[in-house]
Order: sequence, then C-alpha cells, then structure tokens
Amino acid sequence: MKNEDFKYIKATSLEEVFALQAKYGENAQILAGGQSLIPMINLRMTSPATLIDISGLQDLKGITHQHSPGRVAIGALTTHAQILNSKTVTEHVPLLAQAVPHVAHLAIRNSGTIGGSLALADPAAEYPCVALALNAQVVLKRKGGERRVSAEEFFQGLYKTAIEPGEVLTAVEFLEVAQNQRTFFTELARRKGDYALVGLAINLTLQGSVISSARLAFMALEDRPVLAKQAMKSLVGQSFNSTTPHLSANVSDALRKDISPWGDLQVTGETKSHLAGVILGRALFEMAVQNV
Amino acid sequence: MSDQSLEISLRVNSQEVNAQVPVRMHLAEFLRESMDLTGSHLGCEYGACGACQVHVDGLLVRGCLTLAVQAQGKHVETVEGLTEKGVLRELQNAFLQHNAFQCGFCSSGMLITALEITNHYPNADREQIRDLISGNYCRCTGYQSIVDAIESVLKDQRLRNQLSAPKAQSEMGVDK
Amino acid sequence: MNAPEHARLINPHSEHLELLEVPSKTLPAEGKVGQSYIGQSIPRSGAKKLLEGRGSYVDDLRLPRLVHVVYLRSPHAHAAIKSLDLRDALKQPGVVAAFNGDDVAKFCSPWVGVLGHLKGIRSAHQHAISPERACWQGEAVAAVVAQTRRQAVDALDFIQVEWEVLPCVTDMQSSLDAKTVIHPELGDNLCFSRDLETPEFAKAFANADCVVEREYHFGRHTGVTNEPRSILADYNPAEHTLCVYHSTQAPHMMQDIFSRHLGIPESNVRVICKDVGGSFGIKVHVYADEMATAAISVMLKRPVKFVADRLESFITDIHAREHKVRIKLAFTKQGDIIGFDLNDLTGIGPYSVYPRTSGIEGNQVVNLTGGPYKHQHYKAHLDVVFTNKNVTCQYRGVGHPIAVAVTECIVDEAARAIKMDPVEFRRRNLIADDAYPYTFASGLKFEKLSHHQCLDKLLDTMDYKALRAEQAKLRGKGVYRGIGLAAMIEVTNPSPAFYGVGGARISAQDGATIRLDPGGMLQVMVSVTEQGQGTEAIFTQIAASAVGVDVGAVRVITGDTGVTPYGGGTWASRGAGIGGEAVLRAGKALRSNILDVATVILNIDKSLLDISCGYIVDKLTGQELLLLSEVGRIAYFRPDTLPMNFQSELTVTRHYTPREYGFTFTNGIQASYVEVDPDTGFVKLLKHWCIEDCGTLINPMLVDEQIRGGIVQGIGGVLFEECIYSEDGQLMNGSLADYLVPMASEMPDIVVGHISTPTKTSELGAKGAGEAGTAGAPGAVMNAINDALAPLGANVTIQPCTPQRILQALGKVSGG
Repeated sequence: MKNEDFKYIKATSLEEVFALQAKYGENAQILAGGQSLIPMINLRMTSPATLIDISGLQDLKGITHQHSPGRVAIGALTTHAQILNSKTVTEHVPLLAQAVPHVAHLAIRNSGTIGGSLALADPAAEYPCVALALNAQVVLKRKGGERRVSAEEFFQGLYKTAIEPGEVLTAVEFLEVAQNQRTFFTELARRKGDYALVGLAINLTLQGSVISSARLAFMALEDRPVLAKQAMKSLVGQSFNSTTPHLSANVSDALRKDISPWGDLQVTGETKSHLAGVILGRALFEMAVQNV
Repeated sequence: MSDQSLEISLRVNSQEVNAQVPVRMHLAEFLRESMDLTGSHLGCEYGACGACQVHVDGLLVRGCLTLAVQAQGKHVETVEGLTEKGVLRELQNAFLQHNAFQCGFCSSGMLITALEITNHYPNADREQIRDLISGNYCRCTGYQSIVDAIESVLKDQRLRNQLSAPKAQSEMGVDK
Repeated sequence: MNAPEHARLINPHSEHLELLEVPSKTLPAEGKVGQSYIGQSIPRSGAKKLLEGRGSYVDDLRLPRLVHVVYLRSPHAHAAIKSLDLRDALKQPGVVAAFNGDDVAKFCSPWVGVLGHLKGIRSAHQHAISPERACWQGEAVAAVVAQTRRQAVDALDFIQVEWEVLPCVTDMQSSLDAKTVIHPELGDNLCFSRDLETPEFAKAFANADCVVEREYHFGRHTGVTNEPRSILADYNPAEHTLCVYHSTQAPHMMQDIFSRHLGIPESNVRVICKDVGGSFGIKVHVYADEMATAAISVMLKRPVKFVADRLESFITDIHAREHKVRIKLAFTKQGDIIGFDLNDLTGIGPYSVYPRTSGIEGNQVVNLTGGPYKHQHYKAHLDVVFTNKNVTCQYRGVGHPIAVAVTECIVDEAARAIKMDPVEFRRRNLIADDAYPYTFASGLKFEKLSHHQCLDKLLDTMDYKALRAEQAKLRGKGVYRGIGLAAMIEVTNPSPAFYGVGGARISAQDGATIRLDPGGMLQVMVSVTEQGQGTEAIFTQIAASAVGVDVGAVRVITGDTGVTPYGGGTWASRGAGIGGEAVLRAGKALRSNILDVATVILNIDKSLLDISCGYIVDKLTGQELLLLSEVGRIAYFRPDTLPMNFQSELTVTRHYTPREYGFTFTNGIQASYVEVDPDTGFVKLLKHWCIEDCGTLINPMLVDEQIRGGIVQGIGGVLFEECIYSEDGQLMNGSLADYLVPMASEMPDIVVGHISTPTKTSELGAKGAGEAGTAGAPGAVMNAINDALAPLGANVTIQPCTPQRILQALGKVSGG
C-alpha cells in the first residue's frame, strides 16, 4: 500500500506549529517520531491532509531532573532509546525504565518518542499505562500559554486525549520515586514487542511494611489504560509480603469489579479479566520477593 | 491532491546528494527508486518486518517509517555503503560461515541490527541476542544460525578486547 | 552450534569477503587422487552477494518503458459486479491503461485446477481478472496501469464499482451441506472426495480391545514469504516473445502456462528467476493477478511489473491447512495398533488452484496418516469443499503437518489410555528397520526407512530419561513441562506419479548442463531452482566433485528457461535428489570428455589419467600433467593441433528421472520440550530435536538449516499462525501485526542429527530434506503441550494452541 497524498511542513518553532494548527485545523496532524503515525498512513488507516513535522524542535528534547519537588521532566521528542539509556530515568522513575524495553523493537525505539506515544493514546501501549500509574503530568502548550493535565484526566478514550485543537504535547513530568515507594511493570505478549494482551504498572506506597496506598494501572483491557480502583483500595492496609503469586479472594473480587475488558482477535474479554488477575498476583509476589 | 515535493540535500553512503523528492515518499523508496540502492528491501512498508533498515546519522532506523524529506541534512548509510566502509565485514563473514541467511531478503536489515548489537551490546548472551533481533522477520532460517553468527562475532570481539586490555591496565599502573 | 570442523574457510581479517578457495590438501582424498565435496559443510560463497545488498529480486529490476499494475480487489467474500466504470481512473496522473475482466480475457484464456489422477475432482473456471463476480475477499476485478505504483494506487480510488453482495459460505460443514452453492453449475461445493478402506477393516476395528477417538482442528494459515509475490513481464511485439522475470519456483511450468494461456509459442516464452526471497510452495502456483500482469504486458506491448504488497499478500497468497479431522485408533490392550479410521474435512477457496489442484493436500493426509506404523487396517474418507475465502494450495509440507499431527497425537492418546510410555508405544508399532521394501496400508511403497535407529538416536541425543525425571520433579513444584514426540515419513523426489500422470505439464525430470570454460572453470546450468535453500551451492559441490575441480572454480545458473535444460524446478523436496543426480551424471560425463581431450593432447592412454583439483593428473602417482585451462585453450582455440577426426565435447547435458518409486520417502522423528503456564496458557518452547534420515547429505550445514527453518515454520502453525475469517468472509488479521509469524525471542534452539539411508535409486543417494521440519513440528509440539497438561486433565485439539484455547481446555475460562 502506498500512502495517500499529504502536504508536509517542517516546523522550525512551536509558534509556527500553533500557526499551522490554526490554519489547517483538524486536517493537520503532528509528526514526531513517526513510528506509529507513518505505519497508519502507509496502511491508509489515517489520511491527514497535512503533516506538521515537529521533530526538529530542540526545546522538546531532553530529560531534566528537578529538585524540590523531585521531578523528572521528559521532553515530548525524547526517544524510547534515550529514555532506556537515561540514568536519571533508571534512578528516579524506575517504573518507566522497566517498561521501555517492552516497547516495540530496537529500530522503532531509536525514532519513536514518548510524546508521540502519549498523544496517540493506544490503550495497549506502555507509556499511557505507566503515566497513569504514576499520575504523571502532561504538559500541553498552546499559543500564549500552557497547562498541565494529569494522566487520570488525559486519557479519554480510544486514541482520544485531552489535547485540544491548537495544543501541542511538549513534555511529561513524573514525580521521582520516593524511598517508601515500590514500582513494578509487567505485561503478557505473545511475542516480544507485540502489543500486549494485558499489562500492568504498579506504584505502591508503603508505611513500614504495610501498603498505605496503591495505584494499579492496567493496559490493553479497555479503550484506555484503567486504574483498578477497588483493587487498589483492597490493598491498602495489607502487608507488603505476598507469599503466593495468587491473588487473595478479596483483591481478586475487587479487581473483577474494576475492569470490563474488551475481547480481541486473540483472547476474549473474560480471558483478559482472568489474565489481569494472574499478572497482578504475580507482580505483587515478585515485588515482595525483590523487596526482601 | 498536493503532489508536493521538496528539495533535499543529504549524504547517502558518504556521497553528497541533492534531490527533488515527493514528500510522501519514504526513505526506503527514495533509496531504492531514486538512488538505485536496492539492497534495502520492502517486506511490508509499515514497520513490522525490518527488511528496510538503514542507518541515519549512525542510528538504526526503519527506512519505511522515515519520510525521505526527514533525511534532510543527515547521513544515510545503506547495507551497500556499510559494506564498502568495511564495518559489516566481520558479521558478513560470520553469517556466511554459519549459514545465517538463505533467501537473503531479510539479511540487509538483519545485518544492520547485528551491527547495532556488536556496537552497543558487547556482552549480550544468546537470549539477549534473540531479544534484540526480535524486530527482524526471517522466514527461512528459524533464527538460530543468526544467533550463532552474532554470538561468534561478540566472542571474537571480547577476546580482542581482552587481549588489548592488560596492556592498558599496566599503562594505568593497575596492579594485577 | 559450533562452526563446522573445517572452519575458518573465510579469513575474517581480510579486506574483502574472500571468495572461498578450499585448499585441496585439507580435504580427504579418495585414494591418491580426487577429492569429494559431497558431505562437506561448505559455506555458500556463491550467495554472499545477498549479504552485501547485491541481490537481484524482481522489484530491483528496471526496464525501459516499465509501467506498474495494481489491482482493484473485492472487499466482499462473494459479490456480483453490477457495474464497473474505469473512466475516471484513466484520467488520473500517470495512468496508462485500465482494464476489466473482459478486456483481459481477450488475451488470456481461463483455466481450471483439476487433474486426472484425483478421480472426480471438480472446479470452476478461473479468469485472470474475474469478469462477473468476486468469490473471495481480495479477488481482483480490475487493473490500473501507471508510470509508478503510487500513481496506480491513487487511481484505484477513482474506479467506480457497484457490488451486489451474494450469500457466502465460510464454514466447512456448511459448505459440505451445500445450503449455499458457490458454483451453481457444479451443483454443490464438493471439489474432491476420496474413500479408502482396507479389506476386513470393519471386523478388525469392531474386535479391537481399545479405541481412542479425537477430533482435531487445524487453523488455516499461510506462507508469508519475506519477499512478496513479484512478477515483471516483458512482451516484445516485434518478436512475439514474452520474457518474464518471476519470483517463482517452477519457471518451466510457468513457461508452458504463459504460452498456452496467452497464445504465444512455448519457445517464445522465457521465464527467468533471479533471486527469490523465500517461497515455501507459495510461489509454485498460478496466480490470477500474475497471469493478468503477463497478459497486460502483451496488451500494452511494454514491460509491466506487479509486486503484491503485504496486505494483498495476506488475502491472495495461497492459504493452506484448514482441516477438521476425526480420527480413531484401534489397538490391543498390549499396545499394538490395529488400524486408523480417518475422516478429513478440509476447506479450500472458491477455486481449485491451477495447475496442481487444491485436492492434493487432503489427498496427502489420506495417504500419509499412520505412516510410520505397521498396522494393516485403514479407512479414510476425505471431503475437500469450496468456501468463499482465499484460495488454498500446496504449502511446505503439504498435508504432512496434518497427517503427522493427527497420527502422533492420537498415538499419544492411546499410550495414555493404557498408561504406557509414548516411546514404548512407538517402539512396538514403528515399522521395523529391516522390513523393507514395504507397502504401507494406504498403498504407499517405502524403499528403506530407519524409524527405530532414528528413535534410538533421538532418545540418546535429548537424554529422554533425564528429561522425564526433570519433568516429574518439577511437576511436584507445580511447574508443568511436557515432552512430545512425532515420528514421520515424508514425500520427496517425486516421480511423475505426483502430477504428470494426472495430465499436468509439470516435469518430474530435470537436467544439468556442465561446460568447461576455456579458462578452466565450470559453468553449470540446472533446471532445479534456488530460493535460498542452497540448491546452487550443492550443485557447485557435486559438479566440482564429479569433474575434479576446486569448488571455487564452479559457477551455477538456475532459473532461466532460455539457458538451462528443461525441468521441474523446486517443490516436494526434490532439488538435491533429482537435480543433484542430474548434475552428478553430467559431471561424470564431462570428466570423461575432458579426459578424451587430454588423451589426445598428452598422447597418454585415458585409463592412466584422472582429473584432480583442476589438473589432468597421472592416475597412479597424482602427478600434475596439464592444467584444465590448457585443455580448454587447446580444445577451443587450437583444435588444429588435435587429430583430424577428433571433436572435443566440453559441454555435456544429462537428465534424471526418479522412476522406481512413486516417491522417495524419508523418515525422521522430532521431539519438543515445553513448559506450559497453566494460569496464562502461554507455552514456552524450551528445546526441540530432530533426527532426520534423508539419505546422503551433500552439505550437512545447509540440510540442518533447512530443517531448522522448517521446524520454526511448523511451530508457527501449531502455536501462532491462523488466518482468522469472520462469518462473512473477511480476513480479520491480514497484517504482520495481527497475524503472528514466529520471531526470534520465542523460538528454541533446535538440535538436528541424522541417520543416513541413501536411496539406491540414484548414485548420489540423496533424498529430500526441505519440508521435514515443517511436517513433524506441529505434532511434536502439540504432543508436548498435551503431555504437560495431562496431570491437569486438560487436552487441546485445536491448532494453533493459543493461550485462549489452552485456558479453555483447562477450564480456567469458558468456551471451547
């Protein structure tokens, strides 16, 4: 398949992007790393009339570590490979570091960007799930201003985000992991690099050896990453010493209430529910083992 | 219909190139059609198979997922160029010796991934090698001989580094 | 896998990739003179261009005035074309022409995929472009030709087509029940049916102590060659000749078909195969869009290229292996197999594919089920039905993966039923190694097989006892590992019994021409073709050995009907056994002719001379007497110095046809070791073994890699690959993202070993090896999964054995 026709403009500044967005409206799409957009264009699954290439905007690149509050800001055009190789991320946002190796493949990671992935909001992608688990702040700039949207509000549906017309996702900010926090990422995929059948990003806060709060973000279950709120509540007050990879009944029951997975070509929704319970149990067990 | 094309200047295999390029032409097409460098192959044109892989400014990328116009000002190296440069020689020899190729369609892309491994993952074991080539589709070999070939080059590489290391140590005044 | 013994034939420190020059002194000599490369694992130096990006695949070729064709394909599984308007498409930039089915039918006659030896097989005629209706999602109904492919694709959007959607049939059983008939003139949807029953079958079965029965389902899947189907047809009106650059396995077959259907004399058609990026049987069939491309070249009188893109490939490359098999195994309580009762229902596309027919796969299942065993009783019933899904035909292994899987899985069930070790059960029942020649229950004749030797070697190589012990220990810890075996027989080196007797113009013989060039090198031209398996490399080895030159002094040309002798090409694992034999015979004949020339040059009796390492030598002492290049120089340029009545013949052609047996069977046995996660349904492939007896190994490294590649393809079918169709005939997963081909991370290391029972029907003794891996892997892996699940009371009978199906079998989720 050859892609359909489009107009291409390489933006040299964010201001130019805003002007182009104003001019072309819905008919323009932003091109960052292109690793998700270009396949869709080549497959004719999407046919934007205009592509605004923002890959040259240096301001959108880079990883910075801010102190008080401890925060890691990652520019939207930072590639997966750069995140993978970042000591800052490994040290301060270990959940993200643990998720990145699951993203696609070597060549894709060299070009694909975190901004692109978040803006696309594929429910089976790793970054939206991690962002939700950490309640990251997505930075959206518009002409004359910027705002931050929390991950909980950012992902609104299938490929649907809080990005308004005239806005560009310029960065995402993660609070650095605290001493009393434990994080874990896991996913089940038929083949390495595939979209997962189910995935999970966990962020636990401990008080001593007791879970004082939990965030469980699941991916590939519904039209967006999902926080399993009842399951999260059921973990609060539990001891952080899971001795078995199998979930206790009350957490399992709670989880079942939280999620209504869609089936896909490979597994039914019921199977996804089942798998979600399996990976949660194993993740908690693994975290306990690592903590010892 | 825009039918837009742009003038781009870039280097391809160390040669300066100026070309008028349709904006919707992807880099692999540009190399194959406009530069007649047919060593990079089209297996899917949507980034799944890896047969189109090239180097852009030293980075491994999928040629079909890069617009040709995005190569403006960059240095693109194909399997032909990397062969001329000699950087693939050891891997090519190893692939030949281990029969790590059959029909050859995946080989250009596979070799460039292999180069990424030997350059950046010098201590990769077999499982890690499999992991790192997991984005390159091969239908003929079943992958084992490719892993063997890459593993053999990594072993030779580590051996060479070991042989040159003690000298460096003594120069640094490090006691044994 | 360690590097072959005589490693370092390539100098890793050299400036350039060195041409292989194997010093003759390092090779074992036969007697004092001569060396043989037969059995040497020599790297394919003739193929190193493929490692430098210097191959020539069809899409790499450029010709003057070349245009590109793309096809408008039906989005419906079954629909009549109410109207088709190409006028707007014709106006688009770069468009040169646009055609419908009637246009092309004036230049290309239709065909029907039936053969005489499949009694009663029926199909409807198929056109290059369908003129009236589409019978599967993806069937081409119009063509647009433009200066670039991109322009042609853009123009497709401007074709106006009105469809009348017709009822479609996608389920095999519904097709058999014929509520909706696809081709009214045929009356029902039955393409082919076959019944076989040995005498006394009913009585033997009725009196059996035990009978186990299962119904196995196999998901339709496809080849996914890395290089998509590609063709460049170049018609020259001045000569009324057609030259086709074709990514195909059988150029002579295509030459005949282009000739007959386009009305061009056979010898005016030349088919050239340069580098082919994988085939596996996918590229040995006639495709409507490829015929249309050739016809359009004739119509436009200029070169026309068609390359299927990946989405098109999924809906038009032949599919295969959609079967529902009910199998019963009757046995004594001591574990002796009495017989098999087989019922196979298989769903093909709306047409039987031409010219090999889509009945062969099912026919093979009937022929081969139970193959390794010595039972006398066999009953089989086969129904091959049309459906409105993509066409199907022969794909690597052709029926073997099904036959081996149903046989080996039901054998394991029988063993489980009487609590016998599956190895023991096989021991009791495998045909004895000294029972040959042997006629099998379905009528197949085996020359000589080695089931027991292979089983012994397998058990030893895999350390079966240790694995069983490890399995037991881990079960105690809740880790479920499984061991699965699959014994198999495989069809190779087919005689005309496969196709020729049915009326197909498919050659079962092949030829090789070898020429001594004046400079002393050999030019070898063979009618068998290369798609990466190393055909050309083994011909190099055979020719060098037969004539007496270094392997680096041989060049091979295959895949050109204008250059090579007439032959069959590559399919049914016949390249080494048939093509290789032809090369051997030609080489020996050339050796004799060269010695004739040397005799008159040196005035030494022929019986005292031989050829070794590119020299005429004294046969007794090995002393080098004359360079072959001198023989060449004199014979070609100075024949005036030779006796008056002497004519040198330094180009020799020989042919070979396998005659004695319908097929030269090989045998082998595979084992799979897996770990099944009972909570996720995921299967981890820990290791895989294959002991294969394919007779003489010309290049063991190439054979082993063929087996490995074949095993991984078989693993694809048993674990990952399935063409998933909706009820209304839409392919739901026709992309590399959703159709799961095996990638590196999930594949195991595969240990390959051999027993060697050369065939006596040829001097080389080589049997075929290309498909064995694919034949046995699905059965071995499925057995391993069921062995792992047995303590949990679960059993999977559907391939691919996906996590969904395994969880269903375990009762962890509903359905199934």
